[in-house]
Amino acid sequence: MSESQETASTQTLYEQLGGEAAVDAAVDIFYRKVLSDYRINRFFDNSDMEQQAAKQKAFLTMAFGGPNNYNGTDMRNAHAHLVKMGLNASHFDAVMEHLGATLTELNVPPELIAQAAAIAESTRKDVLGK
Amino acid sequence: MQRITIGESTFSCQPNETVLETLLRENIKVPHGCRQGLCQACQMRSLDNSPPTSSQVGLKDTLQKQHYFLACLCHPEQDMTVALPNQQGASIEARVVSKQLLSPDIVQLILEYQSPFSFFAGQFVNLKRPDGLTRSYSIANIPLAKNILEFHIRRLPNGQFSSWVYDEVALDAQLSISEAQGACHYLPGRAEQPLMLVGTGSGLAPLYGIIADALAQDHSGPIHLFHGSRDINGLYFIDEMRKLAAEFDNFHYTPCLSGEDIDSEYLRGRADDLALSSTETLSGWRVFLCGHPEMINQAKKTAFMKGASINDIYTDAFHVFQVEK
Repeated sequence: MSESQETASTQTLYEQLGGEAAVDAAVDIFYRKVLSDYRINRFFDNSDMEQQAAKQKAFLTMAFGGPNNYNGTDMRNAHAHLVKMGLNASHFDAVMEHLGATLTELNVPPELIAQAAAIAESTRKDVLGK
Repeated sequence: MQRITIGESTFSCQPNETVLETLLRENIKVPHGCRQGLCQACQMRSLDNSPPTSSQVGLKDTLQKQHYFLACLCHPEQDMTVALPNQQGASIEARVVSKQLLSPDIVQLILEYQSPFSFFAGQFVNLKRPDGLTRSYSIANIPLAKNILEFHIRRLPNGQFSSWVYDEVALDAQLSISEAQGACHYLPGRAEQPLMLVGTGSGLAPLYGIIADALAQDHSGPIHLFHGSRDINGLYFIDEMRKLAAEFDNFHYTPCLSGEDIDSEYLRGRADDLALSSTETLSGWRVFLCGHPEMINQAKKTAFMKGASINDIYTDAFHVFQVEK
């Protein structure tokens, strides 16, 4: 039907990825990968896992092209104490790795993974305070 | 225009304003951070109507059920009476109707109240004695026709409140009780889900309530309880639990002792280690952890890494009140 074709062609990345349900499915997988990665887990304070998971969810929602209030200045401020702890490009790369692996695990097609990765990549300067 | 009532004051919410914006504009101190529903610092509770579901995104299901919401996401759909999480409503009076030793270290206290009082088994209340000394204890029973609350109180070395309960409290003693608080309780809806409950010492109190609640609501999935202590004096309700396990096919009970010289009828080791290694995966499980704060921090992470979803892990850490010297 022409109508459904039209819908498919105008779907946003977020819709194509499966919206909030997809983010929910991704959060636990992604957070587990991050916590078990010795290269970066010291940056993820796990004293309050719920709050930490809420932040991961916000990050993934943004990377999925979903509704967000992304603000470069906030992102800088939020990560400034981590930069002081030594957060650098290699750690950002590790997170990007886990984002890709999470989406692969969820059987997301490569072209959509690439789009999500590009969005996440766009935060690099702000996260690293460059 | 919607009206927001907090404490004694009522304010009007301007069009498009969130509850947080209204309160801050009126110089009400509300903790807040990101203002986009992520940091959850501006958590509040609606005392009358259900808050809009869009303002409850990301909160635990038990908190949603108790009408918690994020003020920064809340565009009120009707008038609301709200409170900050630390803002206590009215307390009620209760009197002691039973006091009984459950083990050398743990006493069971049963209070009866008259005023209407609502709670979930597993939540906690602040018990306040007449001179004002106050401590938090978990509720071990489910709401019944009789207006009673059951507590299991462990005697702490130099514990002012627990020693008082042990040595002095007599029948008919009066205590006041705060509103029930806490998000560690059972919710019906996923009856077939396997449950894993781990408690140390009097951490059995909330778990006992949660188990009774789950069974009363026909939970059909397996329910595994691991209760641990260092020595036998910290274990209690052993016969009651065994009886319950005999009565309900889906309830399984494992008492654990982590100290030396353990009788062979108990599993040897820490309850959290034994519980979490008893199953290959915790994917799809609901996990309840109550008792020692260190145990909970460790076990929470382990349970998550073993596959439990973060939203399916409920905890109640028993922090020991430190007396300032």
